[in-house]
Amino acid sequence: MSETLIFLLIVFIKMIIVAFGLMIIFAFTTVWERKLAGFIQDRLGPNRIGPYGMFQVVADGLKMFLKEEVFPNRAHRALYLVAPVIFLTPALMIFAVIPFGDTIRLFGRDISLVVVPDINIGILFIFAFASLGIYGVITAGWASNNKFSLHAGLRSAAQLISYEVVLLLSALPPLMAAGSLNLSKVVEYQSGLYLGFLPRWNLLIMLPGAIIFFVAMLAELNRLPFDMVECEQELVAGVHLEYSSMKFAAFYMGEYMNMLTACMLFTCLFLGGWLYPGYHSLRADDPNLAAAIGIIVFGIKLCIMISFIIQLRWTLPRFRYDQLMNLCWKRLLPITLVWIFLVALGILLFKPAVSVIAAGL
Amino acid sequence: MNRIVKIGKKKRLSRLDRIYVLRIIEGLWGTFVRLWRKPFTQKYPEVKRHPLGGYRGLHRLNKDWQGRVKCVACYMCATVCPAKCIRIVAGEAPWEDRDKYPVEFEIDELRCIFCGFCEMACPENAINLTPIYEYSQYNRKDFLLDKEKLMEINEWWSLPQYSKEYIKKKEIEEAKSKSH
Repeated sequence: MSETLIFLLIVFIKMIIVAFGLMIIFAFTTVWERKLAGFIQDRLGPNRIGPYGMFQVVADGLKMFLKEEVFPNRAHRALYLVAPVIFLTPALMIFAVIPFGDTIRLFGRDISLVVVPDINIGILFIFAFASLGIYGVITAGWASNNKFSLHAGLRSAAQLISYEVVLLLSALPPLMAAGSLNLSKVVEYQSGLYLGFLPRWNLLIMLPGAIIFFVAMLAELNRLPFDMVECEQELVAGVHLEYSSMKFAAFYMGEYMNMLTACMLFTCLFLGGWLYPGYHSLRADDPNLAAAIGIIVFGIKLCIMISFIIQLRWTLPRFRYDQLMNLCWKRLLPITLVWIFLVALGILLFKPAVSVIAAGL
Repeated sequence: MNRIVKIGKKKRLSRLDRIYVLRIIEGLWGTFVRLWRKPFTQKYPEVKRHPLGGYRGLHRLNKDWQGRVKCVACYMCATVCPAKCIRIVAGEAPWEDRDKYPVEFEIDELRCIFCGFCEMACPENAINLTPIYEYSQYNRKDFLLDKEKLMEINEWWSLPQYSKEYIKKKEIEEAKSKSH
């Protein structure tokens, strides 16, 4: 077998593992959201199916399958059917470049735990595909022959495009610090400790940027408090008003997939990805063990992020649409621009000193 | 009465509030504390709820110390009943201590509004509303409770699933199984 073929085979296997892993994580995220909502409201949440209601998602999926396929009158058939796919596919594509671990050594070859390793435009790829998801929303709104859906689609398109600007700009500082668009390099940049005990995560030195990124992320995800896509008071239900059965489930899944991606991206950019204190000394002894623990650490960070987003949903009231736009263009955008300038200045002045100190420690 | 009411003046948020972040952290702390509180949920089918005193549930006809029906067929309850759900057929009592007794005594539980007037009107304390709340049936006919069934309800009430001790035991068992 030639090298290329082996490489493709490895990528294929990684693809399958990641795809199935994501489905499982998605399934448990939906249940966890409902459980956490229950706990916050002094309830129990779903607890009928399986231990602690863990297999509730099976019942949900079954219900979705058995629902009637309603087709709206005089809708644009082709676009109507393709819209959920347009929404879901980019959400799944993004996982190709997100690193969930360092390289491991198996069967005498180094395998990096990214589906497509060494892609130098990682972040660009992510944002390019994330912005494709907007087309799914607009198409769904337009194709379903419903004024409420159309209104919701247009509104959320405006929201997503606005926040994309802030999201991209606020993702810049960690990339500038790392000097690379490759997410693995960005994570590796965060290795080491400050003063011997503080992990060198970007979150600690770039807190304002991280907060802005997080807010923009929530808006991009259409999660509360920015869920303008779904809005019962004004738009009946939003773009998926006319969608039923598995087509609705595709939208639902796309939203959760986006949430997972965003959490992973945040973890990579600001929380140091798979890194944990003592990673490098362990890696020198046993790289595979270090990488395995790294995956678990990555999972824990992901869980914390998801739980935090869910908790935010049950904490904050939703924004009005004008407040949302004001926050984006009048507050976040100028702050982000200033912040990028400050970080650039900081890197110019202090980076040699910081790297010397880090090397010394 | 010359009072001026200011309308439409919205209180401006302070500078600290307009940053949002601090207030959001405050709110997050609130939900975080809520996370650890004991849920109010009653696990109903597994653990039966014990209603508070004065709960008006299923009717029963009380018995005296000899096991006979206490009712003297005075028609007080049937008269006061706003839903007209009690049907009594009186007859000559076979016993020495009273003149009349109910040959038939029927309550339509579907018509009853559980107001408790029959209980209040009864001069002999013969009819009571018990705290039993589980009496669903598959059939409309089964909701017509006759005298024998109404007298049996005395025994129903002593069923273990309704006693406070039983509920307590169940809770302890559950706590044990959780800790394991």
